Amino acid sequence: MTVTSRYTIALAGNPNSGKTTIFNQLTGSHQKVGNWGGVTVEKKEGVARFNGIEYVIIDLPGTYSLSAYSLEEVIARDYIIEGKPDLVVHVVDAGNLERNLYLTTQLIELGAPLVIALNMFDEAQSKGLEVDYDHLSKLLGIPMVPTVGHRGKGIDKLMEAVGKAISDRGSRSRHLQLPYGREIEDEIDEIQHAILSVDGLADRHSPRWLAVKLLEDDAVVKKRLELRSTDGILAQAMISRDHIQEMFDDDVETVLTDRRYGFVAGALRETTRMSKEQRQTISDHIDNVLTNRLLGFPVFFLFMWALFQLTFSLGAHPQAWIATGINLASKVMIGVMPPSLLRDLMVDGILGGVGGVLVFLPQILILFLGISVLEDTGYMARAAFIMDKVMHTLGLHGKSFIPLIMGFGCNVPAIMATRTLESRRDRLLTILINPLMSCSARLPVYVLVAGTFFGVAAGHVIFSLYLLGIVLAIGVGQIFRRTLFRGDATPFVMELPPYRIPTMQSTLIHMWEKGSIYLKKMGGLILSFSIIIWFLGAFPRHSASAPASISNTSIEAAVTDSASSPDNPPTHDLSDTYIGKIGRVIEPAMRPLGFDWQMSVALLTGFVAKEVVVSTMGVLYGSDKAENSQAAVEHGLKRSIASPLIAYAFLVFVLLYTPCLATVITIRREAGGWKWAALAVGYELVLAWAMTFVIYRGGHLLGLG
Amino acid sequence: MQSTKNPLDSVPLSTCSEGDRVRIKKLKGEGAYKKRLTEMGLLKGAEITIQKYAPLRDPMELVIKGYHLSIRVEEAENVLVQPMSRG
Repeated sequence: MTVTSRYTIALAGNPNSGKTTIFNQLTGSHQKVGNWGGVTVEKKEGVARFNGIEYVIIDLPGTYSLSAYSLEEVIARDYIIEGKPDLVVHVVDAGNLERNLYLTTQLIELGAPLVIALNMFDEAQSKGLEVDYDHLSKLLGIPMVPTVGHRGKGIDKLMEAVGKAISDRGSRSRHLQLPYGREIEDEIDEIQHAILSVDGLADRHSPRWLAVKLLEDDAVVKKRLELRSTDGILAQAMISRDHIQEMFDDDVETVLTDRRYGFVAGALRETTRMSKEQRQTISDHIDNVLTNRLLGFPVFFLFMWALFQLTFSLGAHPQAWIATGINLASKVMIGVMPPSLLRDLMVDGILGGVGGVLVFLPQILILFLGISVLEDTGYMARAAFIMDKVMHTLGLHGKSFIPLIMGFGCNVPAIMATRTLESRRDRLLTILINPLMSCSARLPVYVLVAGTFFGVAAGHVIFSLYLLGIVLAIGVGQIFRRTLFRGDATPFVMELPPYRIPTMQSTLIHMWEKGSIYLKKMGGLILSFSIIIWFLGAFPRHSASAPASISNTSIEAAVTDSASSPDNPPTHDLSDTYIGKIGRVIEPAMRPLGFDWQMSVALLTGFVAKEVVVSTMGVLYGSDKAENSQAAVEHGLKRSIASPLIAYAFLVFVLLYTPCLATVITIRREAGGWKWAALAVGYELVLAWAMTFVIYRGGHLLGLG
Repeated sequence: MQSTKNPLDSVPLSTCSEGDRVRIKKLKGEGAYKKRLTEMGLLKGAEITIQKYAPLRDPMELVIKGYHLSIRVEEAENVLVQPMSRG
């Protein structure tokens, strides 16, 4: 069948209404994920074919309302107004009609052509709900189709209704108007008159919608009107607002919300009936255990432990396979190609860089498999419910906990996991302090240096570093909250959806999305920067011998924790390269911390990834020996680092400065801009320098040096 | 619990116990914050069941309009309610 026409359909609905499941059912694997222009709210788009017609499906952010209260609401609203979809499919949780239909009232007001999917209809029925949806459909003036998203039931009927609604568009005579009652309607009329008196103002928006929004003092609409010298309208709106306020002795927004809910309640009274006595559901029973006063925390920590272990212990296996694969490829290339600059670039620069990108993929996939299950079952909301008290005292949200704890494994997937936070302020704060959670790549450095200088006390030293990271994260969080993110705290109003069994399809799609976003949007950047740093560490060249590479050892160090790479004996001195030169340039800045140029170079190379610090030290301290053994490195370290105090100061610096390139790229992507990445790198460097300085100098004064 | 029309009977939602059923008498506060609460259905006259408190006694879980909602105790202080029955 040939495609004859193509329509755009937007999916709107509350969070937890099963909107994503419907989207997956409609589009299958034909999806692409991106961001809404310039912001970090996810935009999903897909294509569905039905009866020879092609539909582009746009998944709008899940919202409870369209009040411009949050970024998601503004995006959803703007898309319906500006994007002019041919139809809006409104996905409604049939078991939670009253609150879901509140959004319907706002969609009706926007004047968008609508079809409603009464989703999770089976769940509602088993709760004992009887809906006369034909009648309800007539009352609202909107076609309605019962669906069960995760079983694919009703999807064909839904698309039939969509096709019919689109072809009937022209003849749609009845356009329902939400009745607000005489007094308010009078005020709406007044404002509407003022709007219609300005030419061209009502071209894009329905004048009634504009009038209602002005009554509600909608900041976004007001701002847009202000650009068009509409003082008369705004003045009328102010008069009407005062008038209503006086009449109802309550603020206008509340009065209007009350009327909308009143309209919904009225329609439902006529069309629904509960046939069963409301009693404890299975979901309630599960919840009694999972959020129990005594059991809640142990169960929560058990889940967190499992998620952490799965992600980072299980994930270590595929990481090792990737490392082996890259090593094998390097060996093949070394065998096939004659020694040359190109070979070095291919092996050390590119293959090493690709390894550095791929090494994160298993963790990202597993973590998001886990997070997707936690979200789809409804447990994520409970985790936030349990942890909120603790996180709130730190100025964060209950949902900040999971990204922060995952930071101890790896900051890259952890920062990607902040998308579960709805409020931008909470999300940015959680992203910015995440690098202070000491990731597993820093551990090899701790083990090498602490093992060399502190012997049996190494364990305590390492523990103190983790603790210092947490304490500083709390402190930095408080500072940011009082400076950058002042004032716009959002109330913690969170739905606790019923527990549900997640579907394989949406879990796998979610997991794959995260993986492909990482590879497509971040992989290239990480790779390019890795090659630049390889170049700085490999040039200028003084002999034909292969340069000591930095990037190709990083992946092995990450997997094996080895102090150096036995496959790649260093053959030339890093001190002659650009990185060595930069190390000497920054040495004066590091001198007050007790660091020499070798330590500075090691820290510089650590920008690629923290574990590289270890392999660089192997190169720098082991290079004058024939064998590059652990003992040689320890010997070199002891000669270079004068005291345990300096060693500790060095570890604190490693803990606090930029974890790795990939983290910086991830921050840019997830926070939405280089400025946030720059802020993160900047504050970390300042913090690292300052803390190290205090520890080194303070230690000296105390006679520890 | 006897319910009378005396407004003195209104208490902050944050003082209610698990299992209580209450009716909203008044919502204090203003702006986006109040709007969020009203849009989630916390309107004058609405009935609420206090389902439970979190293990650390904050936030609290409510059942309103047939669904479960959690709000912080400090936010619940702004919701004045009239008890209907004790849990």
